[in-house]
Amino acid sequence: MAVEPWQTAEIPGPKKALVITKPEVVVAMMKRAQRPVLIVGHKAVEIELGNKKVVDYMIELAEKAKIPIVATAHMINEFLKRNYKPAGFMPAVDIGNRLTDPEWNGLDGKGPYDMALFVGLPYYMEWTILSGLKHFAQNLKTITLDNVYHPNASWSFPNISIKDWIENLKVIIEKIEGGA
Amino acid sequence: MSRKNVHLKVDEFKGNIGLIKNLEISIGKIIEEKWEEPMGPTPFPSLTTLRDWDFKLLQRFKPFYLPFCDVCCLCTFGKCDLTGNKRGACGLNMSAQQSRIVLLACCIGAATHIGHARHLVEHLIEEFGRRHPVDVGGVNVEVEAPVTRLVCGIKPETLGDLEAALDYCENQLTHLLSITHTGQEGSNLDFESKVFHAGMIDQVGMEIADLAQISAYGFPKANPEAPLVELGFGAIDIQKPVILCIGHNVPPAIGIVDYLTENGLQGEVEVCGLCCTAHDITRYNPKAKIVGPISWQLRFVRSGVPDVVIVDEQCIRTDILIEAQKVKAPFIATSEKNCQGLEDRTHDSPDKIVEDLVTGKVPGVLILDPEKAGEVAVRVAIEVMPRRGKFKVIPNVENVIEEAKRCRQCDKCRRACPNDLPIPEAMKAAVEGNLEKLNELYDACIGCARCEHACPENIPVHNFIVKAAEKKMKAETFKVRAGRGPIQDVEIRNVGGPIVLGEIPGVVAFVGCANYPKGGKEIAEMVMEFAKRRFIVVTSGCAAMSAGMYKNEEGKTPYEIYSGDFDAGGILNVGSCVSNPHIAGAAIKIASIFAKRKLRANYEEIADYVLNRVGAVGVAWGAMSQKAASIASGFWRLGVPVIVGPHGIKYRRMLLGRADKQEDWYVYDARTGEKVYVGPTPEHLFYAAETKEEAMVMIAKLCMRPNDTTKGRAIKLTHYIDLHKRLYGIMPEDIHLFVRTIADVPVTMKDEIIKILEKKDWKETVIPDPTLLPRLIRKKKE
Repeated sequence: MAVEPWQTAEIPGPKKALVITKPEVVVAMMKRAQRPVLIVGHKAVEIELGNKKVVDYMIELAEKAKIPIVATAHMINEFLKRNYKPAGFMPAVDIGNRLTDPEWNGLDGKGPYDMALFVGLPYYMEWTILSGLKHFAQNLKTITLDNVYHPNASWSFPNISIKDWIENLKVIIEKIEGGA
Repeated sequence: MSRKNVHLKVDEFKGNIGLIKNLEISIGKIIEEKWEEPMGPTPFPSLTTLRDWDFKLLQRFKPFYLPFCDVCCLCTFGKCDLTGNKRGACGLNMSAQQSRIVLLACCIGAATHIGHARHLVEHLIEEFGRRHPVDVGGVNVEVEAPVTRLVCGIKPETLGDLEAALDYCENQLTHLLSITHTGQEGSNLDFESKVFHAGMIDQVGMEIADLAQISAYGFPKANPEAPLVELGFGAIDIQKPVILCIGHNVPPAIGIVDYLTENGLQGEVEVCGLCCTAHDITRYNPKAKIVGPISWQLRFVRSGVPDVVIVDEQCIRTDILIEAQKVKAPFIATSEKNCQGLEDRTHDSPDKIVEDLVTGKVPGVLILDPEKAGEVAVRVAIEVMPRRGKFKVIPNVENVIEEAKRCRQCDKCRRACPNDLPIPEAMKAAVEGNLEKLNELYDACIGCARCEHACPENIPVHNFIVKAAEKKMKAETFKVRAGRGPIQDVEIRNVGGPIVLGEIPGVVAFVGCANYPKGGKEIAEMVMEFAKRRFIVVTSGCAAMSAGMYKNEEGKTPYEIYSGDFDAGGILNVGSCVSNPHIAGAAIKIASIFAKRKLRANYEEIADYVLNRVGAVGVAWGAMSQKAASIASGFWRLGVPVIVGPHGIKYRRMLLGRADKQEDWYVYDARTGEKVYVGPTPEHLFYAAETKEEAMVMIAKLCMRPNDTTKGRAIKLTHYIDLHKRLYGIMPEDIHLFVRTIADVPVTMKDEIIKILEKKDWKETVIPDPTLLPRLIRKKKE
């Protein structure tokens, strides 16, 4: 499918996300980031990827890449059920808002994040939060790990099938080994 | 107050000075002052009168902009690319542009209510006279118009008095709209202040509309025991001719009910409604029925049940005439604001109009006379029913299976669906004869039919969903309490103390439209949860209907399980959209009646009181419209936080507090003048929650206020912690921000919480007499 927003009418502005053509690009960018953070929305527990859910892949990714997770909505509960304690949890609009503040020193107080990865928010919610960050958090790079094109991210996969999504996540997790 | 226009008319006068013909003199207003309370500081506030208060709020709850569009295309300089907060040709940057669009939305919303109020008041004055008394609860409601009294400083006693407030609203609205013109306001915060102003005058406009209709039509007057009325698709008797009323402005629907009564036809014709007109007909006649929220429009019309579709104004599908034609249902438009391209037949005889509609000579008519529209609707429904035979466009199962075979699995329907529903999967299952997946889509379908318009094969997807869920849909039979109108003064006296002290953990108002992320059931679940926890739960509009669409094991709906009192554990429906100011009014009356704060034109002090003491939260889970935006902004200025569902993020900006910034959460202690840290209470002013679970935790949290007593705070913390543990599986990590003294800690969790406080290096603080207004500080006693 051509690079189009997943929801047809959510057309982008002049500045559009660069398309991630292969998962290695994500790995390279994560490795380049000094202070990445991974934001996981509630749909990560609703979407099945084979015999696992998106959240299971995210735990694996966070552990291997050694990056902090912020769980939004009630996702904290889902992480805890899987014996994983995220670095933080807060509403999606709160983490979005904090990321626009250049003086916010992150969950650990060690300094601003320079990269935010998003997955599993409702499409239109992620779309608008990424828009807020595109316009008002210009030192922050954003990547979406969803299987739909998010024009307001810095980088996004195009709309891809579940099968390709699984493959991509597997490659990212495999190649990120050793920390981002 | 009484407002009189002196009007002198001389047809012909012959005197020394010559001949005078057709002389008319109007002398504006004569104010007769009957209200003893002295005028407060801010009667009829201008655009900037309350700017200082707004800036206090905006300093704490800063806007977080979420642009929905990167360009501005409002003038011919444009389009201008504002990406990255760039400035356009007019000099406006992205932040200001977003707040400008929010202001525009709120002006649209406020104009809609104020226009509605104006039409209603004009009509009712014509029918009942200018001197018809404003009476919304007799001796039980002496403070009959808390919002109007607070904002305007007037005490309306008659229908005629209401016009002064409407004049003010229209004046302010014109100025507000002018601000969105190119080259006006340049500061985003000043735009935001004007958004608050639009919201405040919107509250006045809505209040006027509801006061007028309650007083003139005799709707329930602050009655906690307003009748239970039938709600749901299955409640409609399809053996009878059915008239469907859609919209918000009730006179044409009243015309129907009156015609039926006057002609002994009660019980012969089924009168039902969708959206707020439905609420208001049942407030007039509890035998009328409510089909459901706005999102039931297509499914109900296409089912062929309505024999006549009659619309007034607001939130009506603009293609509803086309839909009515599909099922051969004659159509009547009744509002100057919604003429649908139809011929104006207002001055034709009813006989002729009825004949043209029944024979199908015309698909619809415009009748700008509510009584005539009522007569025509009834007569047409009775005559047309046998001819139509409830003609419907919902296909049978075989057709669904056959037509589903045309589906190319292109995903365009899903990509058009606001809720990203897995329609292609359901179509695939349908081809195999399994309609269960289509049936499952029904609950979260908001009935927009974007799927159908997106389908390259023109498959009527929405019809398929309706067919698959037919059994479920026809079993929709619930009850909702008819809109009761205001809260009684005595109810306020009874609960004012427990609310302000925090012992009633909060007042939660579920309001607004039906653009739900996962169906209306979530509203019912939230309503039940908070009623069970003995919050006061208030409902209005489409949300009030969704709240009723639930049954417990005994088959009882929330309105049957819980009382309609404004008291702990009550669930009360105040009525339609324009009834929302009764909720704001309750908060205002707590300050005025319970706390004896001066009410008259004293906005800032009352809002300061509400923000710091009244644990009220609005929840607009399916907020969709510009009206919802302006309703919310009226609550913000008054100090009441509003939570919207995830679609509400498309309102383009949130007003978010930062719990991590201690400096933002200081108030003055009015007793001493000292600044005291009170924690993030309430943490946000406008906020979109991603899920129902998140909203529930946040509702409990946002009910905390600086003024809570230790007992009250302990109760509120108990609910917050309990919901947090249940839904998030963990203790909240911000408990230390809400504990001021050890006595705030819920006894049952004392050991656990004290450990947390120790870890967080918590320090005890005092409970102030909180205010943000330095002028309210009483001098420290020597």
